[in-house]
Order: sequence, then structure tokens, then C-alpha cells
Amino acid sequence: MDSANRPLSPHLQVYQPQLTSVLSILHRMTGVWLGVGTLVLAYWLIAAVMGPEAYGTAQDIIGSWLGLLFLFGWSYALFYHLCNGIRHLFWDAGYGYDLEVAARSGWAMVLFSIILTVLAWGLGIIAGGG
Amino acid sequence: MVEFTLPANSKIGTGQTHAAAAGAGDIKRFRIYRWNPDDGKNPVVDTYEVDRDSCGPMVLDALIKIKNEIDPSLTFRRSCREGVCGSCAMNIDGTNTLACTKFIDDIKGDAKIYPLPHMPVIKDLVPDLTQAYAQYASVKPWIQTHSVAPPDREWLQSQDERKELDGLYECVLCFSCTTSCPSYWWNADRYLGPAVLLQAYRWIADSRDDGTGERLDDLEDPFRLYRCHTIMNCSKTCPKSLNPAQAIGEIKKLLVERL
Repeated sequence: MDSANRPLSPHLQVYQPQLTSVLSILHRMTGVWLGVGTLVLAYWLIAAVMGPEAYGTAQDIIGSWLGLLFLFGWSYALFYHLCNGIRHLFWDAGYGYDLEVAARSGWAMVLFSIILTVLAWGLGIIAGGG
Repeated sequence: MVEFTLPANSKIGTGQTHAAAAGAGDIKRFRIYRWNPDDGKNPVVDTYEVDRDSCGPMVLDALIKIKNEIDPSLTFRRSCREGVCGSCAMNIDGTNTLACTKFIDDIKGDAKIYPLPHMPVIKDLVPDLTQAYAQYASVKPWIQTHSVAPPDREWLQSQDERKELDGLYECVLCFSCTTSCPSYWWNADRYLGPAVLLQAYRWIADSRDDGTGERLDDLEDPFRLYRCHTIMNCSKTCPKSLNPAQAIGEIKKLLVERL
């Protein structure tokens, strides 16, 4: 029997997503998103240094509805990654491994990240006038 | 390596349907992964209709009934049929567990049964666990002592010291947890996985063991231990309700504390 030709059993195709695993992959994805956002931040700063014309273009791009949508996603990624990072710190200190606690901390983290995002945008709009 | 799709030889086709005999009462459909090493074809999912009026309550009862009465070629591991041997671990209804302790009643709709995920398949529901066992051996799962043994009695433990092993010694090494872990799926060649790490901690936590330093040295590795990202599929799926994620967390804590 040729053992080299053994098939690989299905994994992602059949494994039911779990709350904790979904939150975990979102942590990874928001981390990547933060990286992309940092590039945009760098572009904005470079444009500011290059002069009024470049800065105006940058402002137009970032201020467009697509740019604002990106910024909103970036800010949510920031707060999600921050809140879940704190959850990870508790795990690293040895707390919160109980399945029920992990589920509750997960939902709480999602709720907090939404609240913080809405709060940040609310305050930003009030302070900057939109 | 992260690879989300199955290799060409592993893609799953549709197989046969074995309809229940006329007059069967309470019918449950079992959709079961099949692969025969001798016919050179890709895996398929066969459907078996089982009459629950003449079937025991557990998924393993149904598998045995199918093998006895419908299709003797169906291949799976089983032994104790009471959750202490760990042989019949498989992916049932989307998560890994022991077929012998999984109630058919707990499965809504058709029962979908696959081998433990992301493992080489020997036949049907039988995965090749060679590598997982080799990883288990690599953590030296036996007591290591440097001090001189008491001449007249066994090594003694206080009740509190013994309690440290609760939640660890019960592991039956079914590898449900290890094969539920996405980190293990992508890095099985270098990451030890939750079952083996729980066992590693079982010996670290043992008051009679003198090998803690060497054991921690061996685990302090970006892959062997630190591929654990606390995804917690392991603890969620463990058929013995153990918590490998916590055991791994304890190892990580010990590594920080000894700095």
C-alpha cells in the first residue's frame, strides 16, 4: 500500500466555526488591517510634508466617502485589536480560560470595541464638525 | 504551511446511498467519509439510513450497526465504547469528539462524520497518528528523577500536590483537541499541539518529577509551544472536558516566571 498518496482529511471545510476561533481569526485580520492603515497614515503625513497641493489631494482621498469608510474600518480594527489584546493579557497572566468566561469575555470585548468606535467618531464629529 | 483548500487527491465526491429497509421506523441519515486505499479514487461521502428503533443511543452504536448490517467495509477504530480508550475520536457534526460518548439525539439533521481533521487518512475514518505519537514521545511522558529514590517506599505526594494533576491525568490521548486546532493544521510539522502540550504540563505539574527545567527548556521554542494563539478550539472540543488551552497558558506562565 502506498502511504504517500493518502488524502488529507477535511479541516476548514467541515469544522464548525466556534465563537472563540472566529474572534481569534478576527484578531489576526484586524492586525493586518492596522498594518494597512499605518501605511495610509504614513502617506497622509508625507503628503502634509510635501506641501499644500499634495496635502489637499490626500485630504480629498481620505475625506471621500470611500476614504471615510476605510477610516471607520481602521478605527474599529484598532479598538477590536486593543480590546482583544487586553483579553490576551489576562490569558497570559493565567486568567479566563474557563470556557464560559472565555465566551463572556469575548462578547464583552466585541461590545466594548463597538462602543469605543462609536464614541471616537461621535466625539470626532462633535469636535471637528464633521 | 497555511493551505485553506484540500489537495487534489483529497477533494471529496458524492458516494452511494444505502437506503433503509422497507418498514424501518425512526430513520436517521449518517453521511460518512469514505476512502479506500486500494481503488485509487478520491474520498467520497456515503449516506447510510439507520433505523433508530433497533440502534443504541450513541454514534458508535450506529457505526457498529452500519458495519454489521449494511456495509462491512466501513472502517473505524473503536475499543472500550465508554470514553476511556480514545480510539473512536472523529469529527462528528462539525466538531471532534468520541463516537462512543456522543448521543445521536444531540445531532440535528443528518449526522456528518469525518476523520479527525487535517490528518493523512489510512482508510475511511482512520487517520494516521504516527506523527502525533512521535510528538508525544518527544516530551518524555514519564517521570524523571535525579534525587535518590526512597529505599523503603514509593515517592509520596501530599493531597494538594496530587490535586495539581486533576484535569491533566484524565486525558485519553484521542487527539480530538490537537486536530481541532487551526495552528496545528498549518504547523503540524513543528507545533506540538494541545494534547501533547497538556501532557507536557502534566509532568511539569507533577511534584515527584525532577525534570521541570529540562522540560521547559525543550518547550521554549517559537513553534513547539508558542504557535498556540489561544484559539481554544481544543478546550471547546475535548470529549473529557479538559482544558488544554489553560495547561498551555500555565506552561507559558512558568517560562515567564523563571526568567
